[in-house]
Amino acid sequence: MTVLSTIARSRTVAALTSPHGVDHYLSRVNPMWAAHEVRGRVVSVHRETETPGAPVATLTVQPTATWRGHRAGQYVQVGLDLPGSARRMTRCFSISSAASGAGEAFTLTIRSHAEGQVSRFLVDAEPGQLLHLSQAQGSFTLPVSPATPGIDPLLFITGGSGITPAMSMVRTLLRDGYDGRAGRPVTFLHYARSAEDQIFAGELERIASDDNDVTVHLRYGDAVFNELELRRLVPRYRDTDTWACGPAGMIELVRAAYADNPRLRLELFKPPAVRTDSAEGALTFATSDQQVANSGAPILEQAEEAGLSPVFGCRMGICFSCTARKTEGTVRNVLSGAESSLPDEDIQICVSAPVGDCVVDL
Amino acid sequence: MKTASKKTHHRELTPEQLEAFGEEMDALRQRVLADLGEKDADYIRGIVRRQQQLEVLGRALFYLPPAWPLAVAALSASKILENMEIGHNVMHGQYDWMGDPHLNSRIYDWDNVCPGEQWKYSHNYIHHTFTNILGKDRDIGYGILRMDEDQKWHPYYLGNPLYAFLLMVFFEWGVAMHDLEVENIVKGTRRLAENKALHAGIMRKVRRQALKDYVLFPALTGPLFPLTFAGNAAANLVRNVWAFNIIFCGHFPAGAETFTEAECADGPDGRESRGHWYYRQVLGSANISGGPLFHIMSGNLSHQIEHHLFPDLPAKRYPEIAGEVREICERYGIAYTTGPLRTQLFSVAKKICRLALPDRAARTSPEPDAVRPLAA
Repeated sequence: MTVLSTIARSRTVAALTSPHGVDHYLSRVNPMWAAHEVRGRVVSVHRETETPGAPVATLTVQPTATWRGHRAGQYVQVGLDLPGSARRMTRCFSISSAASGAGEAFTLTIRSHAEGQVSRFLVDAEPGQLLHLSQAQGSFTLPVSPATPGIDPLLFITGGSGITPAMSMVRTLLRDGYDGRAGRPVTFLHYARSAEDQIFAGELERIASDDNDVTVHLRYGDAVFNELELRRLVPRYRDTDTWACGPAGMIELVRAAYADNPRLRLELFKPPAVRTDSAEGALTFATSDQQVANSGAPILEQAEEAGLSPVFGCRMGICFSCTARKTEGTVRNVLSGAESSLPDEDIQICVSAPVGDCVVDL
Repeated sequence: MKTASKKTHHRELTPEQLEAFGEEMDALRQRVLADLGEKDADYIRGIVRRQQQLEVLGRALFYLPPAWPLAVAALSASKILENMEIGHNVMHGQYDWMGDPHLNSRIYDWDNVCPGEQWKYSHNYIHHTFTNILGKDRDIGYGILRMDEDQKWHPYYLGNPLYAFLLMVFFEWGVAMHDLEVENIVKGTRRLAENKALHAGIMRKVRRQALKDYVLFPALTGPLFPLTFAGNAAANLVRNVWAFNIIFCGHFPAGAETFTEAECADGPDGRESRGHWYYRQVLGSANISGGPLFHIMSGNLSHQIEHHLFPDLPAKRYPEIAGEVREICERYGIAYTTGPLRTQLFSVAKKICRLALPDRAARTSPEPDAVRPLAA
């Protein structure tokens, strides 16, 4: 197997199979054969909640041997060829299972959204469904393990489906033998819409009742994160390594409670793009860490006005030299008027104007 | 910049007419964009499948020495399809909307010694933006040939037919060297150091291509190494000759026109208006008429006019919209140049030879060999 994959990854085979590449031919034979690319098959689908309009399901995914594994807290890009559509949709999902090794199966826990074509399809996916994957990504991870015991306690603050990366971390700790004797209490504070909407309810209950030094606090309904409650549950929270993941509103409150404390690690759920008719909102250039008020002009022009110099060519939408990645928000193609709100989408910045808040990798 | 052009354009349109013309073209583009979907995806994936079958067939037939000519034919067809209908069009971004990395312009790199990254700059940006603007579009004569009266004659151009022949035989190498802008280095407007960055890319690509066609595949046929080597070289040659001829018929037959920079500053801000840009793309390009198979094997560059109007629309759409484009052009009195391959080739060959010589003084009559728009 390793000899075969070494050969498949060699420059010789790359030359012989150019320009399409060895993966193209391998996938022709068997979609689960790959030398570089990562693909996966849905092995099983398990419904977590039946919340009307927003049910949640956990998908077990068997990746190709090219999967390098993941660290707890990371996410993966999932590309999906929807039936009847020629446009492959790619979305990011946090991995909910404990850290995986190379080629090992993992789980994705996905909440279906009314406008989310991909999430809606995946929650009802049939076993056998093929997924186009990336390697695991993201730095919202857990650096500790039972092999590196210490005295620092750990704290997870999550909201809604933001529980998934934290669940991966807690599962990893418990799987790898983390217990009370390690001397590091773990506190898990989670906010959900209702008890019926609680993902992983049974497992959380079990974790809470076991003798493992993990304390679980679940809050439902109108309960929102507040600093007073946190101070009561974890008096020294500012000296506690904290992982917070959830909707934007919750993250803002947590951020305010921690000020600029480096112990706080954040993962923000991308809010659904807000569509507005006028040029408003903020345009963020993520790579250069700049933000300008959106003037409604194409992103290339706004970037140049902000003093950046992105690569460009024709400036009229034909040459694709200026293509950049938009990570959040909606853009309107100034030539066609078409609007697009897909996250992590490659756009031609010379003919794309932001509609409301927008984040671009420039 | 003021240039005394020796030619006059067919007809000057008023700014209002140009704007209306541009709007009609935009509307046509819009309609096709809105209709992109499964049939386009199925088409390009079908072409890829067909090309791969031809390649496998060609490579396999080299094991049967008597079938050598068949092997070369299959491999040539595969290389032509790959370079023209797949590589050229995918690298134009025509299928980026599919979200499939395999058919994405940022990832795909064709079966050609010219690195895709460099080609995309000189072709997608320079050539397609500044099409047929003298001094800007380096595809006019590729910096080697004299292809327009407005290029000043020099005794060097006596070799025009010879250079054209050599460029045809070594076309893929010509395309790779094109980005080095050797003519500008000779002229002193480009420094040798600017090419340093390109060298590594070209060498990497040349090594990969040579390894594949001249070492690995011949070696895989064992004792038939020399035959396979020669067969691969022959297939590359056939592809070179075919691509050269199709591409030279795209911009150089009589009827295709060139522009000065001053002519392309018609907009109120001194930049070119969108209408004029479309107008220039039509006048600067020429189509080749033929059957469906011919269009596929030319990567639909036989619809050079439609390609230049809408370089990022899937090429298979060009034949579908050609009738409408032509109808619009005729309504505005914009010449739509087209003709069968032999006519266009003859016209190009004649131009290459004629421009090898200094211009005859005070030529007043219009070009005698002008191809008038043919009936569809």
